[in-house]
Amino acid sequence: MNQTKTEAHSTKFASTNRTDLWWLEPAATGFGFLCFVVYTTWAMFQAGYYYAAPYLSPLYSPVLMVDPSAPGAAPVAHAWFGTWPPWWPKFLPPSPAMLVLFGPLAFRLTCYYYRKFYYRSYFATPPACAVTALPQNNYKGETGFLLFQNIHRYTLYIAICYIFILAYDAFRAFFNHGQFGIGVGTVILVINVLLLAHYTFGCHAYRHLMGGRLDCFSCPNGKEHLGHNLWKKITTLNENHMFWAWVSMIWVGFTDLYVRMVSMGVWHDFNTWGH
Amino acid sequence: MAERTFRVWRGDKTGGQFVEYKIEIDKGMVVLDAIHRIQEQKASDLACRWNCKAGKCGSCSMEINGKPKLGCMTRMNSFKEDEVITIKPLKTFPIIKDLVTDVSWNYEQNKRIAPLKLPPRPKDGKYRMYQRDADRVQEFRKCIECYLCQNVCHVLRDQHKKDKFVGPRFMIRLASLEMHPLDTEDRIEKIKNEYGSGYCNITKCCTDVCPEHIHITDNGIIPLKERVVDRFFDPIAILLHKIFGKKKSS
Ligand code: SF4
Ligand code: SF4
Ligand code: FES
Ligand code: FES
Repeated sequence: MNQTKTEAHSTKFASTNRTDLWWLEPAATGFGFLCFVVYTTWAMFQAGYYYAAPYLSPLYSPVLMVDPSAPGAAPVAHAWFGTWPPWWPKFLPPSPAMLVLFGPLAFRLTCYYYRKFYYRSYFATPPACAVTALPQNNYKGETGFLLFQNIHRYTLYIAICYIFILAYDAFRAFFNHGQFGIGVGTVILVINVLLLAHYTFGCHAYRHLMGGRLDCFSCPNGKEHLGHNLWKKITTLNENHMFWAWVSMIWVGFTDLYVRMVSMGVWHDFNTWGH
Repeated sequence: MAERTFRVWRGDKTGGQFVEYKIEIDKGMVVLDAIHRIQEQKASDLACRWNCKAGKCGSCSMEINGKPKLGCMTRMNSFKEDEVITIKPLKTFPIIKDLVTDVSWNYEQNKRIAPLKLPPRPKDGKYRMYQRDADRVQEFRKCIECYLCQNVCHVLRDQHKKDKFVGPRFMIRLASLEMHPLDTEDRIEKIKNEYGSGYCNITKCCTDVCPEHIHITDNGIIPLKERVVDRFFDPIAILLHKIFGKKKSS
């Protein structure tokens, strides 16, 4: 019993008495998200092969402007504002994705779930529970620079617009040159918008705005407030928000890959249009 | 019967060391039983706080193999057969002796929170509250004040911001009051400025350790953060609040 006395707990970064693989989850999620970011950035800079009639990659939707000379580009008729402007700086590829990706990106980066995961994986505050966080002289949490996270509900409004846009894209994927039909790509695009809707409509800010903000679900007359009904439904999605966040994100990447491969002629799209 | 090895931290606020104990474990024992056996057979002066042995009094909080847990709810058969079991006091609160810490800071935070303020009684003298409203706040009332969430919260544990953030346990107390259909008190400004909702970075360790499985972050803290956004950061909500100017959103 005459060992030297020590503190019960170490204050060193990442110290813990946990014996399980506590680093696995932050490492895996950190790596998974990094892969997605690398893929999307690469796909964005391709500036082509994002369209294979009648499928449009979700990373490039909505198509605001089109450079018709790019391989695998959408028809100019699809673009909201016509052809790509000649003044566009040469060092930036004329990629429609560049104009629209900020919306979903801002939504995901300010999402409460993503915040949880990247504060853990990338900022180690804390890396895992009961594992010493990266020491900071004056930790401010979300009161300092990170105050901007409070715009999340505005990014939600943008994300909801994207759901409608992507739903329209999925609808258009049933019509090839005006002819109704269905292909593997159609199914992939429909699943994509469904997964994104499950993620978006399970958002914490949405749950608050639709009903959670009420103090009383039964006022003024004891009858159930519509907000309570909505809140309950959103809660069922919200309980699995992490799941929807991941599957919808992976599926978006896969959808882009599918359209890209079909557009490049690498993969064959099985469909009822017979080509 | 099987012999198991325990490393228990022994000491006080001036420091201490791990002491190893080997004892026989019977079927069905929990970690708190093992501690009692150590007290009985090896170290009668080993200090440990406990009361109910049923996971309801919140006294026996400790860190078992690095995880904040209730000693009385952690079964011995949840460990591998040859695993050495390390037991430490909570990190976030000052050590009194061995496994006992001084959690009085928590009671001080509780006192800072304005209690439920009811409106005047209706004419028939009866307050009414419906089940669906009770359900939401009921979840928070399951809290047994074990302070495992306060212990694991890195804001208090590693960033030492006890002067800025009341911690998850009191965020859910605030949530239970703010979401109470009869409450007329407005605590939103204090939630932001005094109780420090912005210090929580929603990394959810409080939820992970809560023995009552309260959705501390999803149902308590995030909704409060959203209410703070309504009041302070969302220009549209601020405008609506100015026009309709209700004291509480109901
Ligand atoms: S979610 Fe917030 S309150 Fe809970 S442990 Fe994490 S930082 Fe602390
Ligand atoms: S909220 Fe859960 S973890 Fe926190 S003190 Fe209450 S019962 Fe314990
Ligand atoms: S909280 Fe995840 S999308 Fe809003
Ligand atoms: S002794 Fe009461 S909770 Fe463990």
